[in-house]
Amino acid sequence: MSGYLESQLIILCLSIIYAYGIFLPAASGQLNLGAAGFITLGAYASGWFNLSDGLGVSMPLSVVMAMLFTGAISFAIAFPILRTRGVYMVLATFAFAEVVSGLTINMEFLGAAAGMPVDDHAAVEIVVIAAIGVTLFSFYFMSTRLGLALRSIHDDESVSVLFGVNVRLAKVAAFTVGGMLMGLGGAMYGHHYNYIEAQAFNVLLSIYILLYVLLGGTQTAWGPLVGAIFFTVVPELIRNLAIEIGSDWLADSRFIFFGAFIVLMMVIRPEGVVTRTMQDRVASALAGRRKDTGETE
Amino acid sequence: MLILQQLINGLMLGGLYVMVAVAFTLIIGMLNFLNFTIPALFMVAAMMMWATMTGNLPFGNETLLGVFGEANLWVAGVLIAIIVVSLASLVIERFTYRYMKAKYGDATEHALPLVSSLGFLIAFEHTVISAWGSDPLTVVSPFGDATFEIGSLLFSYPQVISLVLSLGIVFTLNYIIRRTKLGRALRSIAERPETATLMGVDVLRIVPIVYVITGLLCAISGVLFTINYTTVDAYIGDTVATVAIAGMVLGGLGNVWGAVIGGLMVGIIEVFSIYIVGADFVKVPIWGLLLIILIFKPTGLFGHSAIGKGKF
Repeated sequence: MSGYLESQLIILCLSIIYAYGIFLPAASGQLNLGAAGFITLGAYASGWFNLSDGLGVSMPLSVVMAMLFTGAISFAIAFPILRTRGVYMVLATFAFAEVVSGLTINMEFLGAAAGMPVDDHAAVEIVVIAAIGVTLFSFYFMSTRLGLALRSIHDDESVSVLFGVNVRLAKVAAFTVGGMLMGLGGAMYGHHYNYIEAQAFNVLLSIYILLYVLLGGTQTAWGPLVGAIFFTVVPELIRNLAIEIGSDWLADSRFIFFGAFIVLMMVIRPEGVVTRTMQDRVASALAGRRKDTGETE
Repeated sequence: MLILQQLINGLMLGGLYVMVAVAFTLIIGMLNFLNFTIPALFMVAAMMMWATMTGNLPFGNETLLGVFGEANLWVAGVLIAIIVVSLASLVIERFTYRYMKAKYGDATEHALPLVSSLGFLIAFEHTVISAWGSDPLTVVSPFGDATFEIGSLLFSYPQVISLVLSLGIVFTLNYIIRRTKLGRALRSIAERPETATLMGVDVLRIVPIVYVITGLLCAISGVLFTINYTTVDAYIGDTVATVAIAGMVLGGLGNVWGAVIGGLMVGIIEVFSIYIVGADFVKVPIWGLLLIILIFKPTGLFGHSAIGKGKF
C-alpha cells in the first residue's frame, strides 16, 4: 500500500473510532461537543503509561489503561454534565474540552506546549483492527436492550420513563462507553504517530466529529460509519480530481463546497444520511430479493 | 496602579466580547439555537475591513480610493463590512430558520440549525482562506496609537471609543426590545412563536430582522477588532466567539444585560490570568468557571430558566 493511501486509511480509521465515541451518547439525543477533550485524555494517558519515564507498561496494557482512565473521567463528569440539557449540554462538554486542553498544555511532565513523544509504535494493522472492533462493538451495543433504551430516550424521554427505562443509567452508560471509545481513538493516534501535542486536538476537531455523526445519522449504527467515510474520503477525492485537472482553485476551495453541502443536507435529509426507515427499506429489499431467488430455484 | 491599569485593559477587551455575546444571546433567547455563524460573520467583517483598507478586495479598490480618499478608506471598510455581513445574515436566515420552519413546522426541533450554522462557519472560513490564505494579516490603524492619560492610567482612543460604542449599541438595542413595537414582537416570539403568530405577529418577517441585528453586532465588533488589534486571520472568529460564548453563559442565556456583564467579566478574567499566570493558562480559568456555572447554576447570573430546555 502506498504511503499516501496508508496515511488516509489511518485518518479514516481514527475518525470512525472518534465518531462512534460521539455517536453512543448522541443515539440518546445527547450532543457532545467535547470530543477533543476525551481524545486528549486518551492520547496523553496511554502515552504516559507507556513512557519509560512514566509507568513504562507495554503498549496493549497502556491502551487498555488509557481507556479505563478516560472511561473513569467520563463516568465522573457524566453525572453533572447530564444534568444539563440541549444547548447547555453542548456548552458544558465544549467547556470540558477547553479545560482539558488548557490544563494539558500547562503540565510540564506531559511536555507542556512542546508536545510529548510516545514510545511504542502501533502499526497500521492495529489501528484498522481497532476501528473494525469499535464498529462491530457499536452495532452490538445498539442491538442490546440498553441500545434500545437509548433509541427510545432519543425519540421521547418522558415516554421512556413511563415504560420503566432507567434514563439516568442509560445516559451515563452511553456517555461513559463513548468516552472510552474516544480514549481508545486518542491512544491509537498517539501510538501511531508517536508524537502528541494538545494543539492538534482543537475545537475544530470536536466540531468535525459531531458533524460526521449528525450528518451520517444518529438513528442507526450505520450513521457514524457512513458520515466518517464520506467526510474523510470525499474531500480527498475532490483534491485528487483538482490535481488531475490542474485546478489550484478547486483544491483550495473544496471545503467551501463541503460547508455548503452540510447546509443543504440539513434541508434535504435532516435526520442524517442513514435513517431507520432507510435501513428497514434496504433490509426488506434485500430480503425480498433473496426470497425471489429462492422461489425461482 | 498596575492592577487598575489591567482592569481598564480588561474592560476594553471585554467591550469587544460584549457585542458578540449579545449577538449569541439574542438568537438563543429568540430562537433557542446556538448560532455558530456568529464567529464566521465576525471574521468576515474583520477581513472585509482589512481588505478594504489594504486594497485587497477582489474588485473596486481604485474606485473606493477615488471616492473616499486614502485617509477615509476606513469608512468604506465599515460600510462594506456592514453590507456584506447583512446580506450574509439574510442568506443564513433562509437556511437555518425559514426552510426548516416551512418544511418541519418547527425549526428548533432536532439539531438542524446548529449543524447548518457549523456548515456556514466552515464554508465562510474556507472562502476567506482560499481568497487571502490562512496566515495572519496586518493593517496600519487609521488612528495611529493615539492615547491619553488620566493620572498615570493609559487609555487608547480607539479602545475607549469602541467600549463606548458597544455599550451605546447595547443600550439602544435594549431600548428597542423594551419600548418599541418591534421589541414587543421580538419578546412575544421568544416566549412562544405559535401564540405570537396567533396574535398577529408576522414571525417570518420579524426573524430576518433578528438575524440582521445580530449580523450588525458582529460587523461592528469585527470592524472594531481590526482597528484595535490590527492583525486578523481566518480563525479570529473562533477565538473571539468562544470567549464570548463563555461570557454569555456567565451572564445567563437570553439575557442582554447578562451578556454585557458576562462579556466584560471574561475580558477582565482574561487580562488578569495573562497578567498573573501567563498566556498559556488563560483557557483554564475562563472555561473552568464556565463549567462550574453550567453544572451548579446553569441559568447563569441573570438567566431565565425556560431557555435551552428543549432538544434544540
